[in-house]
Amino acid sequence: MTPGVALLLEQLLNGVQLGVTLFLLAAGLTLVFGIMGVINLAHGSLYMVGAYAAAVTATATGSPWLALLAGLAAAAATGMVVEFVVLRRLYARDHLDQVLATFGLILFFNEGTVLVFGRQPLFVNVPEGLRGAVRVLPGVDYPVYRLLIIAVGLLVALGLYLLIQRTRIGMLVRAGATHREMVRALGVDIRLLYTLVFGLGALLAGLAGLMAGPILSVQVGMGEQILILTFVVVVIGGIGSVRGALFGAVLVGVVDTLLRAYVPGLLRQVMAGSEADALGAGLASMGVYLLMALVLLAKPRGLFPAHA
Amino acid sequence: MTVHRRGLLASGAALGLAPLAASSLARPALAQGAPLKIGMITTLSGAGSYIGADIRDAFQLAMDMEGGKLGGVPVQLMVEDDGLRPGQGKQVAERFMKNERIKLLTGIVFSNVLGAVAPDVLDAGGIYVSPNASPSNLAGKECSKNFWSIAWQNDSLHESAGQLATNLGQKRMFILAPNYQAGRDALTGFKRLYKGTIAGEVYTRLDQTDYAAEMAQIRAAAPDGVYQFHPGGLGIAFLRQYIQAGLMANLPMTLAAPSMDATTLAAVGEAAVGVNLTSHWNSDFPNEPSKRFVAAFQQKFNRLPTFYAQQSFDAALAIGAALKGTGGKVDDTEAFYRAMKPANFESTRGKFSFGPNNHPVQDWWALKVENVAGKPALVTKDRVLTDHGDAYSAQCRF
Repeated sequence: MTPGVALLLEQLLNGVQLGVTLFLLAAGLTLVFGIMGVINLAHGSLYMVGAYAAAVTATATGSPWLALLAGLAAAAATGMVVEFVVLRRLYARDHLDQVLATFGLILFFNEGTVLVFGRQPLFVNVPEGLRGAVRVLPGVDYPVYRLLIIAVGLLVALGLYLLIQRTRIGMLVRAGATHREMVRALGVDIRLLYTLVFGLGALLAGLAGLMAGPILSVQVGMGEQILILTFVVVVIGGIGSVRGALFGAVLVGVVDTLLRAYVPGLLRQVMAGSEADALGAGLASMGVYLLMALVLLAKPRGLFPAHA
Repeated sequence: MTVHRRGLLASGAALGLAPLAASSLARPALAQGAPLKIGMITTLSGAGSYIGADIRDAFQLAMDMEGGKLGGVPVQLMVEDDGLRPGQGKQVAERFMKNERIKLLTGIVFSNVLGAVAPDVLDAGGIYVSPNASPSNLAGKECSKNFWSIAWQNDSLHESAGQLATNLGQKRMFILAPNYQAGRDALTGFKRLYKGTIAGEVYTRLDQTDYAAEMAQIRAAAPDGVYQFHPGGLGIAFLRQYIQAGLMANLPMTLAAPSMDATTLAAVGEAAVGVNLTSHWNSDFPNEPSKRFVAAFQQKFNRLPTFYAQQSFDAALAIGAALKGTGGKVDDTEAFYRAMKPANFESTRGKFSFGPNNHPVQDWWALKVENVAGKPALVTKDRVLTDHGDAYSAQCRF
């Protein structure tokens, strides 16, 4: 295999890995927005909560399994408490009130984390046995841990598909997204359903956060860095559609990674080195937003609109 | 004319703010026997807060080791936090100079805060001694007789790393930095003394935390070595992913000192073993003043001093030497300049002198992260640059 092809394959894997992380965040966000009609800016905070809980547990106990449990439990519990205490009061309000309240939650979570853990980032090691790289194809080595993230993300996608398409809860979720009033009229406890959906979304955000912990540094504000891309994914995929979230996330992940990797190189063929690098970095960071604009031009409701 | 107007405004403000005026009257700075006040503006909150704490503690330590004096002159250190906000730094400087009548200031960590504060201090006839930040404008065209840099001119950090990569025989380097002013300056500085070829030059995003795409590019370019400058948490994330990608084993990384201080090393741990960097000082320097400083610092604060602490300690010693020469007076800036310029103090660096633009002329050393008694530590190796000044002194005219 030529080095160029090997590099392209590795960058594609990087793109997919970023994509599944985005998917875990976007799945929860799009469900909450599609079914409950709430714009939750504090979704990134749940990602941070999962990462911190797992990091602290891993440091204290040294067990990756306990860290996994702690991260999931903390994120899901925080999500449900937030839904019960704050969001429940916002369903009937307009989006501006929701944005204001959930932005307040971001400040609350960030400052609270600073008070408890300080501003110095926390560091967690990749669990023993998942370190190092493995040869996926001749000439292409790839870190085991990142492969695991891809596998977990795809498994979650499959699980969500089965949950939503094949179970009674999933049926209620689908019905809630399209015919909210009818579901309520049939006597379903829609408030409990909302809390569960929100808890599930928080759990997935926590999973994304705790898996990202050993790669990135666990620090205050880590959720906001990725939240903007997550919103792009939700808009591209179609609001309320989990399938859209999956395709949108992988598309955004791959496009972002490939632009970052190849635009400076292409520009360097037509202009001076350092200028090309600086301009290329700027263009690449605009790329996903251009993509979003193009998708919205062609399909204003996203690739897979839920309320079609 | 402006000076007069400022003076009038200040006295007006003093009348208006009765409690503040009363407090400054209660402690008249010029009274016989009262200690000389030194104003320290530094970063004590936020991500860089450990740097400010080291600068404050080391300066205080230098005073304590002389029994509350510097150069035989009783001094009092007043410390305020700038919160890494240029505006806040400016306000603190204003308060120090107007209310406390302080003429001698120090302490700022970050270049952007210094950029806001230094012109105010210098225009008002004050003296600023920088223990860390030292941007190119203050070394070149906008240099001042009353601005003293104790640590280094910013570019020297990266120039010395470029020289080290050359010395290590790394013929093709892959270099990376975030796409902002300090990042572009870093790569320019590195290339100034690096003699080999650049295998790749990549600007990352300042809000980027995942460097997987860059790791793949590095591997594909197959360079002899990698130089990267990512401040704070970004640098730690980069380093960890570099290790996770399996690159550390056969592709040596060269860094500038701010990317690998004692605190960062404690956070990264074992994984940093093998990293090369350059610095003007390290805690294992064998000279007597350095050994005394490290021992005293460890005894008092129970942690290894970073080079930020060392720079602040040297700043206090340099000020002490100047105060000794002027008999404790700071009002005559010309006399202070003459007393400060010879740098008559025992630097923890072994040797130290000021260049024509009041910036350091000093040696730079190669350091390597090695396991010492089972723990990763910075170990000093060869000298990289001798009597190295900066590229801007020729532009400086007092």
